[in-house]
Amino acid sequence: MTDFVQLIISGLATGAIYALAAIGFTLLWQTSQTINFAQGEFVMLPAFFALAGMTALGLPFSLAALFAVACSLAVLGFAFKFLIVDPLIGQKGTLPLVISTIAVALLLKDGAKEFYSAEGQRFPTILPNDVVAIFGLKISLDQIGVLVIAVATIALLQWFLAGTRTGRQMQATAQNPTVARILGVNVERMILLTFLINAGLAAIASLLISPIYLVKFSNGEVLGLTAFVAAIVGGFNQVRGAIAGGLLVGVLDNLAAAYVSSRYRLAVPLLLLVVIILFRPQGLLGRKEERSV
Amino acid sequence: MKLKAWVGAGSALAGALLASSYAVAQDVIKIPNIIELSGGGATVGAMWKNASSMAVEEINAKGGILGKKIQLDYIDTGSDPGKARAAIQRALDDKPIAIFGPIYSGSVNATLKLTAEAETPQVIGGEAANLTQQGSKYLFRTSFGQNVSMPKIANYIRDDVKAKTIAVVYQNNDFGKGGRNAIVPELEKRGIKVVADMSTEPGQADFAADVVKVKGANADAIFVYLTEEESARFLIEAKKQGVDKPLLGETTLLGQKVIDLAKDSANGARGHVGLSVDAPIAAVQDFGKRFEARYKHKADHNGIKGYIALYMIKAAAEKAGKLEPKAIADALRGLTITPAKEPGILIEASWDETGEIDRVSFLAEVKDGKQVITQTLPKLK
Repeated sequence: MTDFVQLIISGLATGAIYALAAIGFTLLWQTSQTINFAQGEFVMLPAFFALAGMTALGLPFSLAALFAVACSLAVLGFAFKFLIVDPLIGQKGTLPLVISTIAVALLLKDGAKEFYSAEGQRFPTILPNDVVAIFGLKISLDQIGVLVIAVATIALLQWFLAGTRTGRQMQATAQNPTVARILGVNVERMILLTFLINAGLAAIASLLISPIYLVKFSNGEVLGLTAFVAAIVGGFNQVRGAIAGGLLVGVLDNLAAAYVSSRYRLAVPLLLLVVIILFRPQGLLGRKEERSV
Repeated sequence: MKLKAWVGAGSALAGALLASSYAVAQDVIKIPNIIELSGGGATVGAMWKNASSMAVEEINAKGGILGKKIQLDYIDTGSDPGKARAAIQRALDDKPIAIFGPIYSGSVNATLKLTAEAETPQVIGGEAANLTQQGSKYLFRTSFGQNVSMPKIANYIRDDVKAKTIAVVYQNNDFGKGGRNAIVPELEKRGIKVVADMSTEPGQADFAADVVKVKGANADAIFVYLTEEESARFLIEAKKQGVDKPLLGETTLLGQKVIDLAKDSANGARGHVGLSVDAPIAAVQDFGKRFEARYKHKADHNGIKGYIALYMIKAAAEKAGKLEPKAIADALRGLTITPAKEPGILIEASWDETGEIDRVSFLAEVKDGKQVITQTLPKLK
């Protein structure tokens, strides 16, 4: 029983990080109809920015982390939107943009490999490594810290979206950009803000996951796939769906590794994806969408 | 007449240039290093590359091998056996005197028949037991095969750790499965019961579930047989979950790269190491210092492998008296190279007819971020 509970806790901790990446997926889709297949690499890259800050600029870790967030906003927010998304968003269909994000993923991955290193790199953690015993369970303060930070970030985002004027304008843009524009919402600014929020979430996810995964150019492959699965399973058109999807996939992944096999750990979330698409395509918490033709 | 003269002069000039470039080419012998420079094995390949670069500069500074300078070409396998095979096939077209690599056993398995057919010595970093059991007379190890190292670690677990039950965690590739298949019978022969037998995936990043399972097995000790990055991630997770049973390994778990990545999570890991810059051997420690001075980080066993590979070929070529692949392989088979005759070999080593290496080895423990050698074990023969 204690093993099971520990698997749930560690699954929730990793799942919370997947949720951060999945929320980014969902927000980009809602506001700009962008499916970002480079999302995994968006989570991989900020850790390299932090390492570069520490090694090349000699920054202490705390400042390097802020440097990483700033670089992420600039590169994965501004540059991605203006250089990749804006020129392609008016094109027929979403395919040109999808293909471009795949190309961006390859570019970021090989760029990190060529310009930094192909080897795994150690990444410091700000969280304590101590283990505490609670009701017979040995729980790492690091895991609790990851869960707290991820949940706090999500809670802050939810408050921002629902409790502030700008957040409600973003939601209006996501629901119907034409009407939002008529009502005086600066739709272009809201879309830019979404990209910046996605970049920020990716940076936080990167800083949380890199001490566990080590920093490696190939980290984005699994992270991207898992975040995509989480977003679809939870509901691609609802932020709360992405949260639920991330946590569910994190827990399932852990339980599959423990009770099925490490070899098939990814198969279980993928099977869940197939089942959801077949029987509830809007996701567990998503809204049914209809199109008129 | 004038045109004929120009054509004649031009031909003579072209011929002279070609001859001189051919002569230059003949004075430089290329040895391809087909190794892991990206993918899961990037850490391993980088160490090999750095150390082999040091060795080739030293050898060339002293006149090369049999008067010829050596040039190492590095080709990345991407830690992929298919790519390794294609790279070896291309390299063999140039009829090299030897091929170095791959280091990953899966890639060695995919390539050893090619070098055997081409009668070209292949100096490898792989440790899977089955590599030298496939009948190739052209394969030569730079480190112990698992068939040699696992009995040593099994003795250590029985005699020093005194574990009655053990959990085995291994990587699901040629290296890990070979190690698992070698260690489990040795443990069972010594009356140690394997209470958990768990595979993990190459490149796996999340070990939370595996550590929970291992803890649940409640074994007296845990034998961890993963490659470098995976070993570090496992150790980090084991520390996070408060694993308090001895974590035992064979070379990789206690390697310097793992210590660098896992930091204090590596403390307490112990086991058998075939090669270490902390070995109580002056030549090895000197190599370690020179490597660290040049590359600003410590070498691990993969660095030592890459370094001695050059000196193996040098010693064999000098014994054969020629830079010819079949002659070098024939000379290396059954050869014992001593540091007295060839200082670059660092530790006396012998190769048998299957290419298996015999050498002293060590028991070690990681203390305060350093690998500490606790015992030296003799050569088998």
